[in-house]
Amino acid sequence: MRSKISIVSTIALLTSIAVAPMSFARESIEVVGSSTVYPFSTVVAERYGRASGKSTPKIESTGSGGGMKLFCSGVGTNYPDITNASRRIKMSEFKKCQGNGVKDIVEVQIGYDGIVIANSVDTEPMNLTRKDIFLALAAKVPGATDGELIDNPYTTWQQVNPELPDAGIEVLGPPPTSGTRDAFAELAMEGGCKKIAWIAALKKTDKNAFKRLCHTVREDGRYIEAGENDNLIVQKLEANPSALGVFGFSFLDQNADKVQGATIENVMPTFESIADKSYPISRPLFFYVKKAHVGVVPGIKGFLNEFTSDKAWGEDGYLAEKGMIPLPIAERTEMAKNTRALKPMTGKEALK
Amino acid sequence: MNNKSQVLSKIQSSLARRNRAEARFRWYGRMAIFIGLLAVALLFIDIVSKGHGAFRATYIQLDVRYDQALVGIDNLTDAEQLIAGNWQALPKSALRTYFPDVSGRSDKRKLYKLLSNGAGFDLKDRLVADPSLLNRIESVWILADDDIDTYYKSWLDGNPYDARMSDKQVKWIHQLHQEGQIALHFNSNLFTRGDSREPEQAGIRGALMGSFFTLVLTLLLSFPIGVSAAIYLEEFAPKNKWTDFIEVNINNLAAVPSIIFGLLGLAIFINVFHVPRSVPIVGGLVLTLMTLPTIIITSRAAIKSVPPSIREAALGMGASKYQMVLHHVLPLALPGMLTGAIIGMAQALGETAPLLMIGMVAFIVDIPGGFSDPATVLPVQIFLWADSPERAFIEKTSAAIMVLLSFLIIMNTSAVWLRKRLERRW
Repeated sequence: MRSKISIVSTIALLTSIAVAPMSFARESIEVVGSSTVYPFSTVVAERYGRASGKSTPKIESTGSGGGMKLFCSGVGTNYPDITNASRRIKMSEFKKCQGNGVKDIVEVQIGYDGIVIANSVDTEPMNLTRKDIFLALAAKVPGATDGELIDNPYTTWQQVNPELPDAGIEVLGPPPTSGTRDAFAELAMEGGCKKIAWIAALKKTDKNAFKRLCHTVREDGRYIEAGENDNLIVQKLEANPSALGVFGFSFLDQNADKVQGATIENVMPTFESIADKSYPISRPLFFYVKKAHVGVVPGIKGFLNEFTSDKAWGEDGYLAEKGMIPLPIAERTEMAKNTRALKPMTGKEALK
Repeated sequence: MNNKSQVLSKIQSSLARRNRAEARFRWYGRMAIFIGLLAVALLFIDIVSKGHGAFRATYIQLDVRYDQALVGIDNLTDAEQLIAGNWQALPKSALRTYFPDVSGRSDKRKLYKLLSNGAGFDLKDRLVADPSLLNRIESVWILADDDIDTYYKSWLDGNPYDARMSDKQVKWIHQLHQEGQIALHFNSNLFTRGDSREPEQAGIRGALMGSFFTLVLTLLLSFPIGVSAAIYLEEFAPKNKWTDFIEVNINNLAAVPSIIFGLLGLAIFINVFHVPRSVPIVGGLVLTLMTLPTIIITSRAAIKSVPPSIREAALGMGASKYQMVLHHVLPLALPGMLTGAIIGMAQALGETAPLLMIGMVAFIVDIPGGFSDPATVLPVQIFLWADSPERAFIEKTSAAIMVLLSFLIIMNTSAVWLRKRLERRW
């Protein structure tokens, strides 16, 4: 028995010796986080790498939540330097960061992303409201009297709203693990939910019940989870003209010959309407920087300067070309100033 | 007598039925093979029809003047100047020379978008390779932007896609086409560059090198360990409850979903031993765990198929058990083991799920030069491209699949060939 233990411990020791010297200082920046910010962050990384002649930052697409978890695990070269997020950091995440020694976090809002509801160009474009979307897709909808909830009975759009076509409800969208889905539930579903007076009142009395009611998507096959791949949704819409799809604005932008966006409350999803916030389903995009790593991992300052330069995130910048909607000029200038000064979050922000 | 004729007639009457049953059965078999082949053919047709375009890229021929004042450099050997230089000014000025009528800020911006935004860096590389070009004029085929590439290819196919083009850009492309200044050339970038977010500059070289380093490590670790385990279990280990238990577990491991190995790798290699994320070392370790059961199982089967007479003859001649195994059993079993190893490697080459957890699903531009450089692998590259919004990535995705498939075909064919060539039958 003793010899077995000693063999096991020898093996463990040998492995750790073989592996230990590999935790060396990093030469390149490590970025994790949201798959929505990934296409923008990667472009900046590539440009920065090419223009500076330094090694290009490595970017992983882990989802906003997964990125925060890695980011907040600790300080040191084993942990990422920057995390991308398609929503703001949550209070719980901020506290976890603080608890693990990640004290100074610089928050950078980079712009907006629109979420579109689109169908094939072979059919008539849809004119929806957020209330239509909520009634068509929620698991439970209000019944005849205030406070009464029934399982969603609607099978066609016309039943939801007489002005809509008499077509079956069939919506392809992202699964619950996706940040796009979170934003869709919060902006589109909840936005429509609040239009019903007694539910809006519920928000004040029972916040959890309100959230459960507004964010829960029906599971009877009318809403189809189509995976994280937005290209796949575009292809499926092409094959099935009666279906609608939910995805990010940049995919609409790239496939304008195949799909068309539905108007939401009479606003078309366009670059301009998302930028001036008249299109209701748009969300802010962020990234968060670990201040303790600046100066330790080479190049973070250069990467931040590239990201916050006008040629990147300005109205005519290359990120706009990739489908990101820029911040208004005043906010952008302020944000760039704070970022370059590495102004950390105070913890007094109104986080959720 | 009567009884015998009865039996005969019974046989005769059932003969036709039995023959029919056999014919049907053969037919089912052929159908099954046909369906299998049809599925493969459909896959290949779909991928090749989508991906063949990616092997050619659109280039625009322009007269470039390597004007040192324009770039803002005076010394080609000064690395800092090379980095700070405004290289994109070179293709821009070449475009302005070719289209002298274009004026106005917005029109000029449209004009500049005809060319890839990496064009300036390509010209810089040309100039550095041949410094005598400085301040001279050279006619160069310059890489076009991905939107132009998509449009030009779809236009040549008679089905133009111009949603991301302005009318003016379409007009310029047609002018270039009439004057023979735009053409499709072999897309060498696809094989010489790493990943990029600009489809026209994206290549699979980085992913190929990542796959190479990862697989080399996997083979170096899993083959010796797997073969040693198989030899010990087959030839030396006593048959008891413990070895039965081990056998059940090995078979179990072979069937475990590969993502579990990724989670294991994250928990042990990254969190305990602090191996950096995203490097071939950690990828190779995780894939070793995954391929080990396959190699152990096939190696044991190969050892089992060596007839006992060989062992007995060796022992009879006075060889020790160690000599018997090393001199006789192992050489005879080696072809089977190699086949198993190649099949295990082919599996590892096509794996993405376990790599997701250990950070190899990442955007990495620099081509890895060793086991400890951040890297990604070929199937991950396919996954990342398939998820990109830019339309030009669709054909790149299919092209990368074609490259991956050809590697898999080569590996699997060599496994079959090795078996045919080296295997001894008793």
